[in-house]
Amino acid sequence: MRGLAFDISHLLAGSLVLISFTLLYQDRLYSLLNIFALHAFVLSLSVAWQAFIQDAPHLYLTALIAMVFKAIIIPVVLHRIIVKLGIHREIETVVGVGVTMLGGMGLVALSIMIMLRVTPEADPLAREDLAFALAVVLLGLLLMVTRRNAVGQVVGFMSLENGLVLAATGAKGMPLVVEISIAFSVLIAFIVIGIFLFRIRERFDTVDLQALDRFRGERR
Amino acid sequence: MTLFGIDAVMAVLAIPAIAAALLALLPAYRITARINVLATWLTFLAALSLLFGRPETGRYLFVDDLNNVFIVLTTFIGFTTSVFSASYIGHELETGRLTPIYLRFYHAMYQVLMFAMNLALVANNIGLMWVAIELATLTTVLMVGIYRTHEALEAAWKYFILGSVGIALALFGTILVYMAARPTIGEGLDAMIWTVLIDRAGGFDAALLNVAFVFLLLGYGTKVGLAPLHAWLPDAHAEGPTPISAVLSGLLLNVALYALLRFKLLLAANSNALAPGPLMVIIGLVSLIFAAFMLYRRRDIKRMFAYSSIEHMGIITFAFGIGGPLANFAGLLHMTMHSLTKSAIFFAVGHIAQVKGTQKIADMGGLTETHPVLGWGLVLGVVAIAGMPPLGIFMSEFLIVSSTFAREPLLAIPLVFGLLIGFGALILRLNQVAFGEPRGPSAPAEASYVPMYAHLALVFTAGVYLPPPLVVWFQNVAKVLG
Repeated sequence: MRGLAFDISHLLAGSLVLISFTLLYQDRLYSLLNIFALHAFVLSLSVAWQAFIQDAPHLYLTALIAMVFKAIIIPVVLHRIIVKLGIHREIETVVGVGVTMLGGMGLVALSIMIMLRVTPEADPLAREDLAFALAVVLLGLLLMVTRRNAVGQVVGFMSLENGLVLAATGAKGMPLVVEISIAFSVLIAFIVIGIFLFRIRERFDTVDLQALDRFRGERR
Repeated sequence: MTLFGIDAVMAVLAIPAIAAALLALLPAYRITARINVLATWLTFLAALSLLFGRPETGRYLFVDDLNNVFIVLTTFIGFTTSVFSASYIGHELETGRLTPIYLRFYHAMYQVLMFAMNLALVANNIGLMWVAIELATLTTVLMVGIYRTHEALEAAWKYFILGSVGIALALFGTILVYMAARPTIGEGLDAMIWTVLIDRAGGFDAALLNVAFVFLLLGYGTKVGLAPLHAWLPDAHAEGPTPISAVLSGLLLNVALYALLRFKLLLAANSNALAPGPLMVIIGLVSLIFAAFMLYRRRDIKRMFAYSSIEHMGIITFAFGIGGPLANFAGLLHMTMHSLTKSAIFFAVGHIAQVKGTQKIADMGGLTETHPVLGWGLVLGVVAIAGMPPLGIFMSEFLIVSSTFAREPLLAIPLVFGLLIGFGALILRLNQVAFGEPRGPSAPAEASYVPMYAHLALVFTAGVYLPPPLVVWFQNVAKVLG
């Protein structure tokens, strides 16, 4: 049983890293959102599995939040925002896909090297979970810096945050995980509302012109 | 000290929380501005009472010598800024930059921000501290974007994204600290309680703690505004309402620095972990020198003082990185003086920008002639922040330089170099704004000068004479900081 438990959590955490890579080379917004929904879905499976093997029922709540909020609500809302605001469907990237992928591989290698080296005493499950989590976090950062588009950046941030939840649930018995995942959900909800309210299409070059006229006044 | 069964720590949190709810409900702005002032005043009194008696250390909240300094400073500047804000927003309503609805939101958010900062300071739990700093970030993002101009939204978005990344990295560091502590302390809440962590830090896994500190330094360092993670700071300062610029520079940067100091202590308590000092010294020096050079090319007055904040946060981080009783004392003093002076400067700049109708330095001039009270207030503030004797910042900078000479003479060279470069830039711009031919509109300002001159008087007094109880207090804290 111990071996199987280990293998399954390993598989789920590894899939998250793989899906993070898939996010890196998406060049269309809709497919980016679909892949992100898959990312959040795998995360919720992974969290639920951790809840099961650690015998920590409160983690099921975190899994549920990940499933309902991040895998369903947020992608659907973002989808509608894209339609409503008429955002370009294609994503402008700062550097080419090839370079990004190479960078991503470097980051994964880096996180595995750091984490496995510094945690020789921790139990193998926690150390590999942590290494994968750091890889997801770094890939999320990479996604954020290589996208010019607000929605793309938000997806990058959310995948980064998925990595954090993975790390927090992998740290056995960590308190406040549920509270932290709720705090993050609030943060993300704010960002998404922000995109909608402020109509941020490309990174910052278009906003609601009416609001601009009304409030700009004597500014400059 | 217990009053009606509520201890002062709870009061420091409860007063802003209740006030926030109240202010969100009340429509009339004149009354809400007064309630805002009253609530911050009461919070300040509650914080002062912590000096005379502290509640017992709890599992979530606690007060010790270190955070007491921060709480008193935060609540004091929170109070004076609310007084300034009351006169500032009247003008914003008249010119139509803010509508009553937004004002209501603004006041409620001001109290939420005070609550979040106080919570981050009194938290005895590294997870709770993280949540509080996230809350403070969120509220300031909303306040920076409150004017809804193109620039304000751009600034708020940039702050949001960079702040969120910083916050996320800090959380990863927090998780790693928990992982490092777990084998020694055991699973559960205890391994996140600060007072438990520091007692048993000696037995933690040093390698894991090192990696954790790097993440925390990057994460909370983003919030402190240390270069190269400072990109959000000038925009957020320049585009938000001026009271928020004052609170950001004077307080929120300090709160993030406080979080960093806590984790520095944790590393220092573990003999196998790497010394956190050199990392802080390097990042502090880089921020100082970078910001000092950037000061020369600023055309927006609020943006310029934002860069000056980066410079001073660099100096403070440097001082705490050098460590030892003298440098820590100087760092604390510098932090206090910087908060007081910088918020005073923003009080002056806020009214000046309202009078001139612009923030561009090129459109201002001869302020000491057209608006003597405001103009000379600005002159005093800038002279203080640039580090001229006999004002408080000169003294703290002198102490930092001399303690650096005593411990690491070579590091004193770049430090003094950075200080001089920054000094030149500030005096140059001050000359342009305060003296010479008057430029721009010169309608009389409807300003409250009391908060500004109160801060400047404190800074001046501290430069001439530091009361012995204060010195003893700061020396104790400096000893705690190691």
